[in-house]
Amino acid sequence: MNIHEYQAKAMFRESGVPVQQGIHCTTVDQALSAYDSLGSDVVAVKSQIHAGGRGKGDLFCPNSGDLVMQGGVKVAFSREEVEEFASNILDHRLVTKQTGPSGKMVSNLYVEAGCDIAHEYYLALLVDRENDSILIMGSTEGGVDIEEVAETSPDAIHKAWFNPSNGLSEEVADSLGTSLGLSGNSHGSFVEMIGNLASVFVEKDCSMVEINPLVRTGEGSMVALDAKVSFDENASFRHPWWADLRDISEESDVEVRAHEHGLSYVDLEGNIGCLVNGAGLAMATMDVIKLYGGEPANFLDIGGGADSESITAAFGIILEDSSLEGILVNIFGGIIRCDMVARSIIEASEETGLQVPLVVRFSGTNHEEGRKVLEDSDLDVITVSTLGDAGEAIVNAIGGDST
Amino acid sequence: MSIWINEKTKVLIQGITGSQGTFHGTRMVEYGTDIVGGVTPGKGGQSVEFPGRTVPVFDTMTEAVSTTGAVASVIYVPARFAAPAIVEAADTFHELNGDGLIVCITEGIPTLDMVKVVSHLEKRPGVRLIGPNCPGIISPGDEGGCKIGIMPGYIHAKGRIGIISKSGTLTYEAVSQTMSIGEGQTTCVGIGGDPVNGTGFIECLEAFQKDPETKAVVMIGEIGGTAEEEAAEWSKDNFSKPIVGFVAGATAPPGKRMGHAGAIISGGKGTAQEKFAAFEDAGIHIARDPSKIGEALASALVEAGLRES
Repeated sequence: MNIHEYQAKAMFRESGVPVQQGIHCTTVDQALSAYDSLGSDVVAVKSQIHAGGRGKGDLFCPNSGDLVMQGGVKVAFSREEVEEFASNILDHRLVTKQTGPSGKMVSNLYVEAGCDIAHEYYLALLVDRENDSILIMGSTEGGVDIEEVAETSPDAIHKAWFNPSNGLSEEVADSLGTSLGLSGNSHGSFVEMIGNLASVFVEKDCSMVEINPLVRTGEGSMVALDAKVSFDENASFRHPWWADLRDISEESDVEVRAHEHGLSYVDLEGNIGCLVNGAGLAMATMDVIKLYGGEPANFLDIGGGADSESITAAFGIILEDSSLEGILVNIFGGIIRCDMVARSIIEASEETGLQVPLVVRFSGTNHEEGRKVLEDSDLDVITVSTLGDAGEAIVNAIGGDST
Repeated sequence: MSIWINEKTKVLIQGITGSQGTFHGTRMVEYGTDIVGGVTPGKGGQSVEFPGRTVPVFDTMTEAVSTTGAVASVIYVPARFAAPAIVEAADTFHELNGDGLIVCITEGIPTLDMVKVVSHLEKRPGVRLIGPNCPGIISPGDEGGCKIGIMPGYIHAKGRIGIISKSGTLTYEAVSQTMSIGEGQTTCVGIGGDPVNGTGFIECLEAFQKDPETKAVVMIGEIGGTAEEEAAEWSKDNFSKPIVGFVAGATAPPGKRMGHAGAIISGGKGTAQEKFAAFEDAGIHIARDPSKIGEALASALVEAGLRES
């Protein structure tokens, strides 16, 4: 689960990670009063969406599609500029390299006091799955894409690890600060900040924290000028407060609805819908469709506890896709019985008025019964035995090799 | 022969009185697993009826292990209680037996809980954790066998192929592929789809290398992380038996989690293409279509002189 910059910074502020004064706004008037109350000659007016690349993004009018402004993060030197930028941002569509061409509507804004920047750094904390620990990654080149830095000047990136049971030791923090070339006050400020940030990461069950840029000010203190935070959703049971931070408008509507039915769904570009039990098998099913020249329209794992209701919901969600031309159902029965799935497919097809070709492959528990249920029904369905046959059959059924 | 478990392995169920614990407990007993008891805090003194046997429930792992002599435990408790359950089992086996096997089926354990658990397990070197978020481990026997987990037992048969997989149903697919060419399994290990987990590919390969009955291995990976690449690299110098490999997620888009918490291509790393390439580089036989795993396995066995063409 991702949160907005303004929410992440509020969390930082409470936890002793230095940030500039800033105010969250949803209207132009609020942005103007924020400017007045901050009392800073220079302020940053920042679009709040979950995707990165906001600064280099473009804002478009949602109705006309006209370009309204370049840059979703602006530095304003006057009240008039705040008004201009806030008007151009709010209720407009921000397109960045991470949002895809349709962009994101901006309904939140953050107005932040300006900052005297001496140098920009990059800092990130994330779970390092290969080392079973938390990785801190710092770079002396901030404000730019970290993947580019990793390509062009890997020596600028410094890494340190800590275990959440023990927390970050002062020695490790100290040596990372030194690696980043910090000394004196800046070094002290960094060590204190990274210690607090490490605690935040563990206590709040973060999966990723990225600060780009982290800046050293003219006075030598370290300030998080941006903040990107993701939480590990598996830990939501111990953080009921996350519910208040959740911005559903930032999440894919269909994925949220699928989740409510216990389904794991990811929308893809193709035209062959898939309904599978198990995440690995669902991915493999997509891969096989592609292997036989088709394109999967989605990833869909109905999970181990699927029933007739969730299978009907899954069919409904697959059929929402306007480019859909066929459906492949692939079930390897374990706890789930194929005959139950077969009856659910018949119900769902009747309920949704299924019109596209349907290929069903059953294996495992009660697969013969399941196949018989389908073959004895009025449903127009192609049944096959292996996953490879299923891929071939659905690609042929929608009119052959689409590549 | 098999790795880590056999028909004599005495197994406890943590969460035995829960619906999952009772349901899968019944199926494990039916398969032939020697379930000797279980733990549900607060329900000590009760008992659970399984087909043909009644087993005691204990409040703690210490009581359960010391009373029953169990050497393995399977965990079906909800995600929020799973990490403490693993730690309790690990401490108990470490203190009472010096070693033990823990199989954690639970899905959805917070990642940082698992980071802490894994570092705790480093202090318990005799204890092996399989999972979490996995189907478990199974070693088919002459009749029945030992099944610790949730997989459908009847699709398996005793044989000479080892299977290692990050996935659940895709493991069943691999099992049925071995069966389609008349090969059975020594042991199938589902290592799970979480980013931070217990036993990995390499530890399974090490055990299969040492097991004289295992003649070849099927390895099923998926996108995310670099465990497949590391296992492929390791196998070059340390594994002498044929391996057939498949990686799920060649069509998965970057940055999207594909069902499993660990199945995500992040920062361009962890793609199926890289993993297949690492497999090929290590001389692993590749199946790009999981329904061709059987075919690839048959030809790998023929090539190794283990099967008539």
